[in-house]
Amino acid sequence: MVTMAAHGPVSQIAVLAAAGAPSQLLPAREQMAFTLGFHIVLVPFGVAFTFLMMIANYRALRHGDADSLLLAQRWSKVAAVLFAVGAVSGTVLSFEMGLLWPGLMERFGAAYGIPFAIEGIFFFLEAIFVAIYIYGWKRLSPWLHFWSGLPVVLSGIGGTLSVVAANSWMNTPGGVTLRDGRVVDVDVAKILFNRAFWYEALHMLLAAYVVAAFTVAGVYAAGMLRGRHDRYHRIGLLLPLTVGSIAIPLQILMGDVIARKVFDIEPAKFAAIEALPDTSTHVPEILGGVLIDGKVRYGISIPNGASLLSGFSPSTRIRGLDAIPAAARPPDRLVSIVHLAFDVMVGTGFALLGLAGWFAWCWWRSRLRNPSRWFLRATAISGLIAVLSLESGWVVTEVGRQPWTVVGLLLTRDAVQTSGNLWPLFAGAATVYAGVSAGAVFALRALRRRWAAGSDLATPYGPEDEPEPVSVA
Amino acid sequence: MTTLVASVLLTGIVAYGVFGGADFGTGLWDLTAGGAQRGARPRALIDHAIGPVWEANHTWLIFCLVLLWTGFPTAFAAIMTTQYIPLGIAALGIVLRGSGFAFRKVSMHTAEQRLNGVAFAASSVITPFCFGAVVGGIASDRVPAAGHGDPLASWLNPTSIVGGVLAVLTCGYLAAIFLTAEAFRAGQPDLERWFRRRAMVAAVAAGITALSGLFVLDHDAHRLYVRLLHVGWPFIAMSVIAGTAALLATVRGRARLLRPLGVLAVAAVLVGWGAAQYPYLLGSQLSLTDAASPPATMTALGVVTVAAAALVGPSLVALFVLTNRGRLTG
Repeated sequence: MVTMAAHGPVSQIAVLAAAGAPSQLLPAREQMAFTLGFHIVLVPFGVAFTFLMMIANYRALRHGDADSLLLAQRWSKVAAVLFAVGAVSGTVLSFEMGLLWPGLMERFGAAYGIPFAIEGIFFFLEAIFVAIYIYGWKRLSPWLHFWSGLPVVLSGIGGTLSVVAANSWMNTPGGVTLRDGRVVDVDVAKILFNRAFWYEALHMLLAAYVVAAFTVAGVYAAGMLRGRHDRYHRIGLLLPLTVGSIAIPLQILMGDVIARKVFDIEPAKFAAIEALPDTSTHVPEILGGVLIDGKVRYGISIPNGASLLSGFSPSTRIRGLDAIPAAARPPDRLVSIVHLAFDVMVGTGFALLGLAGWFAWCWWRSRLRNPSRWFLRATAISGLIAVLSLESGWVVTEVGRQPWTVVGLLLTRDAVQTSGNLWPLFAGAATVYAGVSAGAVFALRALRRRWAAGSDLATPYGPEDEPEPVSVA
Repeated sequence: MTTLVASVLLTGIVAYGVFGGADFGTGLWDLTAGGAQRGARPRALIDHAIGPVWEANHTWLIFCLVLLWTGFPTAFAAIMTTQYIPLGIAALGIVLRGSGFAFRKVSMHTAEQRLNGVAFAASSVITPFCFGAVVGGIASDRVPAAGHGDPLASWLNPTSIVGGVLAVLTCGYLAAIFLTAEAFRAGQPDLERWFRRRAMVAAVAAGITALSGLFVLDHDAHRLYVRLLHVGWPFIAMSVIAGTAALLATVRGRARLLRPLGVLAVAAVLVGWGAAQYPYLLGSQLSLTDAASPPATMTALGVVTVAAAALVGPSLVALFVLTNRGRLTG
């Protein structure tokens, strides 16, 4: 229970609304969005890609399957590169908690920090066992090596749950006692298991599996499109595609449950998702469209849709943006972003579900023995679609919380850095991240070229004494 | 409980300083190893030595940041609103360091390797300098409790410069002794000599910087100077003894003794700084008790620490044992 003394936050907003946005709010939000948007793409590869690796590894050991073994070994090399980038880009986020949002940490670090402290343990374990697994192929016994991968998968799950506990606490804060705006007591269980925790955590975890699975499947589908129909590529396609095709229907079922939870627990966010200006019943579900001057334009309206989906009856009353105090009401532009991001998330989710259905049908018909080029093309781009879905979902939950950083307790404008100028830092981050992205693409392409040339050896540092490998088209 | 959490924080800083520091220091030797031909073997050894461990060692930094912002949020905010320039540079440096290292390993051409290598090595020097400068600013009272201190003077001042230079040299020193031991283990006597020479140079340079640093402290951070001599002296003495013994071991070529002695010399300085600072967290601006979160948070951090010790401790030992036995290879 959040106990508040003296004046409520709403009266504070009214005072601040006149003051105009702090000058560093824009660069801080842009930088956070940029660096977190970058990091979140790497998360599935730390969390779920390792699971795919373990399955391939298990198949290799259990059935003496050389192709699966090669896949697991190569995937672990890719994971090593992506995990390194994920680890350091995650560190930047830790710094940004203070560099961008000192107001958040100063006021709520005592509560908000606890899930991160737990995450620290998981991150430690993950870093240790990833290293043992990646570097242990040659000189550990095969099964001992396999089991060293298990803590990686488990700590990936634990880490996700901890970080999402922190994020969901910002959406549904609880477990803090405030006096004069300061945290004077905390209830750890209520912070960790806040009301939004389970649905956000499971949603993110499934998202990680969906993204990793379809991305990896896409790589091998692309290989098959270039004519590589060997067994190695077939397993590389089937294994992740199976995982993805199990995860995506679960995710969509979860999503349906979650939407009603958000309707119930986070009404302001739900109003933004539905772009609903006025509280009413018989609310239509509007696909697409933007909110302009209290009306949604250019959308496709399904009569009673939103009311039916949220309460199984057209007479379900949905709280609109008008239920939010005027001073804390998000501007139309933000509402439109949340609304469209939600539509993109759901649309891409259903597109992936369609692919999973297509896969199931092909498997049932012919064990996918001669996959059509259209099926392979669809699979090849499914990773990008999954990433788009992930990013949109993240936009829904983050932008959908605005103008709050901690709902009802701390406005984003009060959390932001007020010293100095954040633009140079943002410019630096943009430059460094652009370089790192290019570097990652080059590094992964170098791995692929080396493998295509049939070599798994690391190149020694120094002048090239071997001719440049011919890339196999 | 506050003191306990503070000592866990100090332990984290020491662990990061020693292990993370050694990893950073390899960048110094990587950067100065010469052209592609001449530097190939030292670089290969560096890659081999830190490949499996650097991410785990890096995690100490996350651990410290999390402990600081959860246990002492006021101090965290004060540091971040004052020393945002060196910390911003350090954060980006960390990205370049890790990515450059990981990419270099898999890139195929000398040009790409060189680019990634320079990113790795240059940021390995800049980042410790920034951290050293930040510590110098905190120790010399330049981070006010309410934050928003001078963004330049808080890290461009005599104590910070000493701190930054000392951090770079110490990292280089630690790296050189770790790599000497690694070369000894790998049976590469010429590389062992190569790194031993560098360990000696770095040891002497770090020693001179530390001693002249005391004079700087006397003028620039007098309270710290007095406290170091009164409360911190056993640690300073321990560092001097261990450092000298390590230098002798280096000269005599006792590779086995090198690592424990060198680590002790560096760890003692960091613990001495912590002892001299106690009971304050930021110079003499903010005491630990004033900065501490409510007791329930501190208890939670205590529980997390116990869990971390139980889970992470044995895992780290396993990682180091496997690495030292040569069971983890690229």
